[in-house]
Amino acid sequence: MANKNSNKSKIIYTLLAWTISGMIFFPILWTLITSFKTEAEAISASPSLFMFDWTLVNYSDVLNRSPYFDHFWNSVVISVGSSLLGLLIAIPAAWSMAFVQNKRTKNLLMWMLSTKMLPPVGVLIPIYLLFRDFSLLDTKLGLVIVMTLINLPIMVWMLYTYFKEIPHEILEASRMDGAGIVEEIFHVLLPIALPGIASTLLLNVILAWNEAFWTLILTAANAAPLTAFIASYSSPEGLFYAKLSAASAMAIVPILILGWFSQKQLVRGLSFGAVK
Amino acid sequence: MGSITLKQVTKSFGDVNVIKPLDLEIKDGEFIVFVGPSGCGKSTLLRMIAGLEDTSSGNIEIDGNDATKTPPAKRGLAMVFQSYALYPHMSVRNNIAFPLKRAKVAPAEIEAKIASAAKILNLGDYLDRKPGQLSGGQRQRVAIGRAIVRQPSAFLFDEPLSNLDASLRVNMRLEISELHKSLATTMIYVTHDQVEAMTMADRIAVFNGGVIEQVGTPMELYRNPVNRFVAGFIGSPKMNFIDVKPVDGDPTRSIGVRPEHLKVTQEQGLWTGKVGVIEHLGSETFLHVHVDGVGTLTIKDDGECPLQYGDQVNLTASQNKIMHFDKEGVTLASLSWGDNAVVAQ
Repeated sequence: MANKNSNKSKIIYTLLAWTISGMIFFPILWTLITSFKTEAEAISASPSLFMFDWTLVNYSDVLNRSPYFDHFWNSVVISVGSSLLGLLIAIPAAWSMAFVQNKRTKNLLMWMLSTKMLPPVGVLIPIYLLFRDFSLLDTKLGLVIVMTLINLPIMVWMLYTYFKEIPHEILEASRMDGAGIVEEIFHVLLPIALPGIASTLLLNVILAWNEAFWTLILTAANAAPLTAFIASYSSPEGLFYAKLSAASAMAIVPILILGWFSQKQLVRGLSFGAVK
Repeated sequence: MGSITLKQVTKSFGDVNVIKPLDLEIKDGEFIVFVGPSGCGKSTLLRMIAGLEDTSSGNIEIDGNDATKTPPAKRGLAMVFQSYALYPHMSVRNNIAFPLKRAKVAPAEIEAKIASAAKILNLGDYLDRKPGQLSGGQRQRVAIGRAIVRQPSAFLFDEPLSNLDASLRVNMRLEISELHKSLATTMIYVTHDQVEAMTMADRIAVFNGGVIEQVGTPMELYRNPVNRFVAGFIGSPKMNFIDVKPVDGDPTRSIGVRPEHLKVTQEQGLWTGKVGVIEHLGSETFLHVHVDGVGTLTIKDDGECPLQYGDQVNLTASQNKIMHFDKEGVTLASLSWGDNAVVAQ
């Protein structure tokens, strides 16, 4: 009886999971399908899911019209660069918060997190002016700096959660064994925390890749990443759904592939510390 | 060399004084055990000696040099932790080599030292394994191996056997004692297990509430405990304590008799009671006897004890085995056993 019940609830949960996943994935699927339609079919009042004339013309148009690979390269530099720079700052910060705590550590961590609750537009003017004055507008360096600052609280928190799980005694043992702080971090802490560091890096690459507020405001042509590339298909000449979809597909596919291959690592990273 | 001197050392966490001003001299080559209940400050003091915990005031001298502010890496001490604290990402070989690499020892010498440690600790077959693939006893051996290759001036052990099962604990206890005999290096060993303290130590320091109650050889503490706390902590099963009625001119407020000094007798003894739970251990028997007005007394009898639950028994003890304590619990020196009036029957 109990078995029957648990089977029944298993089926219900599975159906529920698939339904929710389907709902989340549907817009992406719709975008992908639309990218293979003609513009006429894309704006048709009775759109068809699969029964239409499949075409690659949108992709060739998009590739001919805009320098996709330049944008792609900008996205790579900005997301990977900001994640690596962020790690460089976040690792020592998280180390000190996890292992050299004082009574203000918790407040500091909460304060860092609270900065994520501020709507970005709240600091738009000062950041824009700073960027203008330091000639950082439309530069990859500028974007790397902004992305690093935006994602730093998340990086510090993720690493802090990881580091907290590492027994204190292992680091103390390394100190007894003659290791200084740098050796302790490089030879002991980092190798042990490698899975956590990898998932922090991955998540931040994804966040930075998808960030669209600052990238649209602070870039024009030179440093514009793929988000700006998508946006360029949305306005001046009216909406071209099929081309916009093709551009979107080309922008999200690399990160989808990265996410797909690293999903185990990511899930472990995000749920780390939640259960023993 | 490995003499360690503590001079008026204290430790406070905020307003809480975990170590009250404390002096202790640990001689070169000595095996000293810090023993006491949980939270008595013994591990904190060990960590202060290691340098892992700051000293609030006072001085720690190692080989005559003030090391109070010296970082742990520079104190020349090695520590074995309760959780082994091995580096999980390194092989046994690299775990043992880690302190040598930090000290920039030549690779050939590192190999030689690893080989000799592996031989002493029977780790030869496991050198290329990761700690996760080893049993608890093997891990503890690796931790000891990592400590001995450095040839430290003293070893610090922080409850190293508490994570092992009972039989392995006995074996490792012997191995550590053996190691001490062969290396003749100072060892400071923290435990809450008085059996470990009694069996391994040259000297024992009994801790209670951040102070050292008494320091002495195991037999000194057993025979002449300075107070009720030490008398109760050293010896297994625990000493029986009996409160007594105050008598004019006699400061005795309680007396103590060890279970092994209480005898069941046919004649009229000092106390009469009813046998409660009987624990047969084979070689010996623990009797728990309920005595009216006194409480439950534990008696250590031989293995072939014929008594049954509920039997009426008389108990006695020779006068010179009964300890007297005053109202502060301090042992009263060489008090002769007066009359039976002191026993609250």
